[in-house]
Amino acid sequence: MEAEIASPDDPAADAADAVPAGPVKFYRHRRSTRLWHWLNALTVFVMLMSGLMIFNAHPRLYWGRYGANFDRPWLEIGSDAQSGFLRLGAVRIPTTGVLGRWRDAEGNVKNYAFPGWATIPSEYSLAEARRWHLAFAWLLVLPGLFYWLWSFANRHVQRDLAPTRSELAPRHIWADIKDHARLRHPTGDAARRYNVLQKLAYVGVLFVLLPAMVLTGLAMSPGMNAAWPWLLDLFGGRQSARSLHFIAATLILAFIAVHLIQVVLAGPINEVRSMITGWYRLPREKES
Amino acid sequence: MIRLSRRRLITSLGAGAGGLLVAGCDRVGRSPAFQTLLTSAEELTMGAQRLVSSRTALAPEYTEAEMSPVFRTNGNTMPRSPDYRAHLESGFRNWRLIVDGLVARPLSLSLDHIRRLPSRTQITRHDCVEGWSAIGRWTGVSLKLLLGGAGLKPQARYIVFHCADDFDGTPYYESVDLIDALHPQTILAWGMNGAPLAVGHGAPLRVRIERQLGYKHAKFVMRIEAVDSLARIGRGKGGFWEDVAGYEWYAGI
Repeated sequence: MEAEIASPDDPAADAADAVPAGPVKFYRHRRSTRLWHWLNALTVFVMLMSGLMIFNAHPRLYWGRYGANFDRPWLEIGSDAQSGFLRLGAVRIPTTGVLGRWRDAEGNVKNYAFPGWATIPSEYSLAEARRWHLAFAWLLVLPGLFYWLWSFANRHVQRDLAPTRSELAPRHIWADIKDHARLRHPTGDAARRYNVLQKLAYVGVLFVLLPAMVLTGLAMSPGMNAAWPWLLDLFGGRQSARSLHFIAATLILAFIAVHLIQVVLAGPINEVRSMITGWYRLPREKES
Repeated sequence: MIRLSRRRLITSLGAGAGGLLVAGCDRVGRSPAFQTLLTSAEELTMGAQRLVSSRTALAPEYTEAEMSPVFRTNGNTMPRSPDYRAHLESGFRNWRLIVDGLVARPLSLSLDHIRRLPSRTQITRHDCVEGWSAIGRWTGVSLKLLLGGAGLKPQARYIVFHCADDFDGTPYYESVDLIDALHPQTILAWGMNGAPLAVGHGAPLRVRIERQLGYKHAKFVMRIEAVDSLARIGRGKGGFWEDVAGYEWYAGI
């Protein structure tokens, strides 16, 4: 028989210890979290892939207020007669086949920065990519703002996401890093809470990366530059904002990669089910 | 025998999943209903930007030290029209800017006359839709001054810039609404970086719409027309790139 424990604020949750052996389920994800998660699963991919197509129109990144073909980029994806490359400062990394020079599904050689399988649309079109990107940006921003406020109001941020003082102690963090490195996942009661690295990752995405994405995006808009000139000062100019937009997007992609790996390692069925139904089955305590 | 390395397998699985997603997006992207949805987001963006900025909010202006060492050209850099070539050879001596359409007094102005009108100089950033930016100094006459001289009729809602250049025979043009047309930084520039405007940058006149992207800043402006609707001009979307490639008419983002 399965024991069901109601939401964390339910006093019944305290009875968890009393539950005999058998899978213990507890209500881990509120409806707002689940809705926002799946909406974002779609939105973020559209934003990343249409963003890569927009990048293809000028695959060079600069620091400062201006930056164009005669100025020196800190990052460039390009091609010469035979090969594709990624240039970071003075370092040139050959990327033929993936970046700068690749073949499309029909086998034709293309010289755009990012390959067709990674972009929306797959065929070069800056105009279409911008339509996707600027429309889905609303889907990222409006529900995101709502989720932000809602998660403060229902104390999700304060209770589940904010690391406690003791969790932030270097020793605790180091222990958590070692657990992660050994792929040791929390079991039993410890699995009821997010661990500190997990909390820092979620807080980082929610309160650093996503706002940085949106604000650097707005800082690239000439209309917004007139409305809110402080955006440019905040990031050190439009081309710096464009570079930071790209860096933040790369970090979000890295988060998604680690997130997916962790879901697989922690038990994909239980994890995905809990993000659909809200109910998470506690991994049984390991016999010692 | 097929030997598939793990790395290769992962790459092809990734590419396969990505390809499937992209193929789906391509199909969705082409459906008319979805296009309508994306277009409504464009209106939302324009409405939101207009909501948070005043009509006369200025685009940032820069100092000389902040100017791009080289200001690249793009789009057409030499119109092919024989008329334009003849004007260029004669130093635009007999050239006239036409201001007409829904105005009380159509104008026909020589370049000399335009240069003698009060001018504004501004060091601003030019942002191409592709992503690059260049900072340059522009000198020209306020469009508001010209439109005031011509006397806009009350029905006038948009200002259209007809240009001398073309792509494969389709003439370039652009348009803005009256908010951007009458904006204090909207000028018809005849000078750039302290010299007469070069052909590559749109001689004799290039319009500066400083709160929007580069393709709105029409070069080689020959005629300015006040209209009540954009439907009868070009293919009706308000500009060359809007017509042929689907770029947004409102290019504030």
